Amino acid sequence: MKTIAELEAIRQRAKGQVGVRKDREGTRVVVGMATCGIAAGARPVMLAFVEEVNRRGLQHVTVSQTGCIGMCRLEPIVEVFVPRKDKVTYGHMTREKAGRVIAAHIVNGHPVDEYTIGAVEEQ
Amino acid sequence: MRDLSLHILDLTQNSVKAGASLVQVLIRDSAREDLIRIEIVDDGCGMDADLLARVTSPFTTTRTTRKVGLGIPMFKANAEGSGGTFSIASTVGEGTRVCGTFGRSNIDRPPMGDIQGTMLTLVLGTPERPDYLLRYETDEASFTFDTREVRAALDGLPLDLPDVVAWMRDYLKEGFEQISGGATS
Repeated sequence: MKTIAELEAIRQRAKGQVGVRKDREGTRVVVGMATCGIAAGARPVMLAFVEEVNRRGLQHVTVSQTGCIGMCRLEPIVEVFVPRKDKVTYGHMTREKAGRVIAAHIVNGHPVDEYTIGAVEEQ
Repeated sequence: MRDLSLHILDLTQNSVKAGASLVQVLIRDSAREDLIRIEIVDDGCGMDADLLARVTSPFTTTRTTRKVGLGIPMFKANAEGSGGTFSIASTVGEGTRVCGTFGRSNIDRPPMGDIQGTMLTLVLGTPERPDYLLRYETDEASFTFDTREVRAALDGLPLDLPDVVAWMRDYLKEGFEQISGGATS
């Protein structure tokens, strides 16, 4: 059974590391989580991003939520902000697409054009 | 909304926007009483009588991107459609309490869904504030998850640290496995 005491062990371990991220700079992944986003399936998308970021140990990436982005028909919507690059907005996101966005865009710097709202809307 | 856990995720967003410091998600899942009760209690800014009276209308919203707000109306419709009830109370400066009951065996009652996923999403979406208290009660057992305890044990470390995320996921999973004898899925 998981106990609070285990958290204390995590704290000890983390405090010993230099790399505990204090900066909130870096790449941001923002998931729309208003009624429209949630109904369209934003929850598994957000959890997929968190899992993949943690699995790859991407310390410069934060995953967070926002309200209604304004294009409810394209939800779940995810915005990716890479420092010194234009914001990229993805529409109709899924768990599977999240994995590819992390690998291609966030790790390798190539946005996935076919998932962007511009491309999704033309389909 | 496909299930009750998504309604909970949706309604708690209102509490977050209301600037709550603690959001309580209280679930009673009783086969004996043939009842599921979901209460969301926050200590956010609350609503005045005028907004409170209009808040169950789909044409009331605080968002600026469009003129409809469906979170509360859909929750109310699902509760009443399964033989249950809906109520909401609020005081400016004190907070808001939303409560829905559902006929547990009613064929129109939505499934409970992934409460663990909802709680994890809430915490990860808003790791700094508010705190969340989940209490899930069945006829036989109950389970509590309180981010204030997690935060205290971490002494300033963020809740979205990968090891902490993994701990919370396992803690929630084990908690629900323990009470799953009486819980619905």
